[in-house]
Amino acid sequence: MSERKNSKVVKKVIGLLGLMTLFTFAMVPLYNVFCEITGINGKVLVSKELYESVEADKSRTITVELITDINREMPWKFNSTIKKLEVHPGELNEVVFYAKNYSKSTITGQAVPSVAPSQGSFYLNKTECFCFDQQTLKPGEEINMPMKFYIDPEIPDHIHTLTLSYVLFNATSKSSSSLSQR
Amino acid sequence: MAHDHHPTGISRWLFTTNHKDIGSMYLWFSFIMFLIGGLMALLIRAELFMPGLQFFEPNFFNSLTTLHGLIMVFGAVMPAFVGLANWLIPMQIGAPDMALPRMNNFSFWILPFAFSLLLLSLVPQLFPDGPPNFGWTFYAPLSTKYGPASTDFFIFGVHLMGISSIMGAINVIVTVFNMRAPGMTLMKMPMFVWTWVITAFLLIMVMPVLAGAVTMMLTDRHFGTSFFDAAGGGDPVMFQHIFWFFGHPEVYIMILPAFGIASHIIPTFSRKPLFGYASMVYATASIAFLSFVVWAHHMFTVGMPVAGELYFMIATMIIAVPTGVKIFNWVATMWKGSITFETPMLFALAFVVLFTLGGVSGVMLAMTPVDKQYHDTYFVVAHFHYVLFPGAIFGTIAAVYYWLPKWTGNMYNETLGKIHFWFSIIAVNITFFPMHFSGLAGMQRRVPDYNMMFEGFNQLSSIGAFMLGFGQLLFLYIVINCVKGGKGKATDQVWEGAEGLEFTHLPSPAPYHSFEQAPEVK
Repeated sequence: MSERKNSKVVKKVIGLLGLMTLFTFAMVPLYNVFCEITGINGKVLVSKELYESVEADKSRTITVELITDINREMPWKFNSTIKKLEVHPGELNEVVFYAKNYSKSTITGQAVPSVAPSQGSFYLNKTECFCFDQQTLKPGEEINMPMKFYIDPEIPDHIHTLTLSYVLFNATSKSSSSLSQR
Repeated sequence: MAHDHHPTGISRWLFTTNHKDIGSMYLWFSFIMFLIGGLMALLIRAELFMPGLQFFEPNFFNSLTTLHGLIMVFGAVMPAFVGLANWLIPMQIGAPDMALPRMNNFSFWILPFAFSLLLLSLVPQLFPDGPPNFGWTFYAPLSTKYGPASTDFFIFGVHLMGISSIMGAINVIVTVFNMRAPGMTLMKMPMFVWTWVITAFLLIMVMPVLAGAVTMMLTDRHFGTSFFDAAGGGDPVMFQHIFWFFGHPEVYIMILPAFGIASHIIPTFSRKPLFGYASMVYATASIAFLSFVVWAHHMFTVGMPVAGELYFMIATMIIAVPTGVKIFNWVATMWKGSITFETPMLFALAFVVLFTLGGVSGVMLAMTPVDKQYHDTYFVVAHFHYVLFPGAIFGTIAAVYYWLPKWTGNMYNETLGKIHFWFSIIAVNITFFPMHFSGLAGMQRRVPDYNMMFEGFNQLSSIGAFMLGFGQLLFLYIVINCVKGGKGKATDQVWEGAEGLEFTHLPSPAPYHSFEQAPEVK
């Protein structure tokens, strides 16, 4: 009698365990969705936006600062050709980033973007970006990478400066699939 | 008793399903781990006695802090509480044994293997790059990309400990729900049982999260996933969220049973019933609930929106309310009681006072702007050692003194017990109190070297630590002496004011099989 009673409770507790295990792994996608929806963490949707030729709002000027960083395992040079530009919301802008592989081996890089203030990440739309793909450079190879973006004219009035930062990571071990495609 | 036969020698301990045997094994195991973890603490304090590097390479110093933390949390404090649960819960609710005795045996015998895996990392022939060195919080990518080879042994060790804890928790829940004596309603259960049921639910809910986190580490290290690797689209900050979602409930796992212990000892030696029993139960449950919604206060410095900082700050401070209720109730229990100061009572009183002190520094750390200064300093070290040593460990020591006569049938040596207490309380404060000051002045944790200006505080801490460490050998002597006969026979009630089935319905020592006929609880 008591054994059946016990196994009933045990089953319930194991059910709770299972739920918590599911929840743990569900945290991974939930975390990303949460960060993208709220813009916390400066996470940007890494997806291509189409430029709808909206009317540029010439009355407003927003300073866009570009910051580049390389992960310490990345023997590349990586920077933007300009550090700062003034743009009007609604107009399409192009900036160019430069990368060079200084090492003696072929390396694949992945740039991870982030926007500060994080609220601004919703309004910075990229139509073309090297961060959408990985870059593979042979030893000594260099590359100029264009990036096109426009700022949504609906951007809140209190945002005057947007800082767009890229961190370049060594993704060589993670890029076997993309390498085979090329 | 005629049916009191059981295997003798080593097979008694290997195959036992008796809750008292398993409880004893848990307690001895945790004491051995306490000595190993304590030895590491003494090595750390020896290195920190003077600025500059004396004994260890910085990397090995980091390994020592890592192993000290892991062993004390998972090897000393948690198994000690499971051991007490095994000994006490069946006797306190009038049950003949735990509900799942074979699983009980299994969950104990996993532990030596788990900790062998962890301690194997100390063998340099096996692991030339040393034991885990990333702190007990094993933040990614330090533990994934940059972790030494022994990290994988650590990961499997944590898996095994997790399985053991989960099985222990299942056992407690099933025992308490199904095996209470007739008449023992939930709201008549002793406080220790209540706090342990709540702890068991915390374990069931957060151990899978810990297991998930280390599994993700494992696949990140070896199977090409990128849960915590930004280069592959993962996020190292997410590791901290997952870890602390486990970690904050974990710190309550390590204190709630001690709350239960204090709620038995203080009424006994005040010769008054516990003040506000129902509010104690609800306060414990609210602390457990709140522990799930405050985790990010451990990570204010990673950067989060002001709204998030405000939320986590206020939610954290709210925990002080149910905790305050409990402290108020213990004080109110003593109010106008006929108090005597036997060793368990002394340790319980030190628990209340010093745990409160650690709680107050916790409220200070909860304040976001303040935390940004205190983060990763010795102030944090002082805070969590005040809630863990005089909290969890004094709680356990108090419990051992309080129930030891019931377990062995002998009284321990009260004079030596008092010496042990006064020695410990002085040493614990010499060790950890100066850390508040060195921390506020800016000394970082987990660094083997420090600025000359902190030397005085560190020398005090080191002297205190050696006193504290060697003082616990006296405890070992007192326990062994008591097991061997001590200061004569204990009475069945043991303490004049003791309540509860184990004191009123069972002889001392408690027989190997108790409550084969369930007692009647009015």
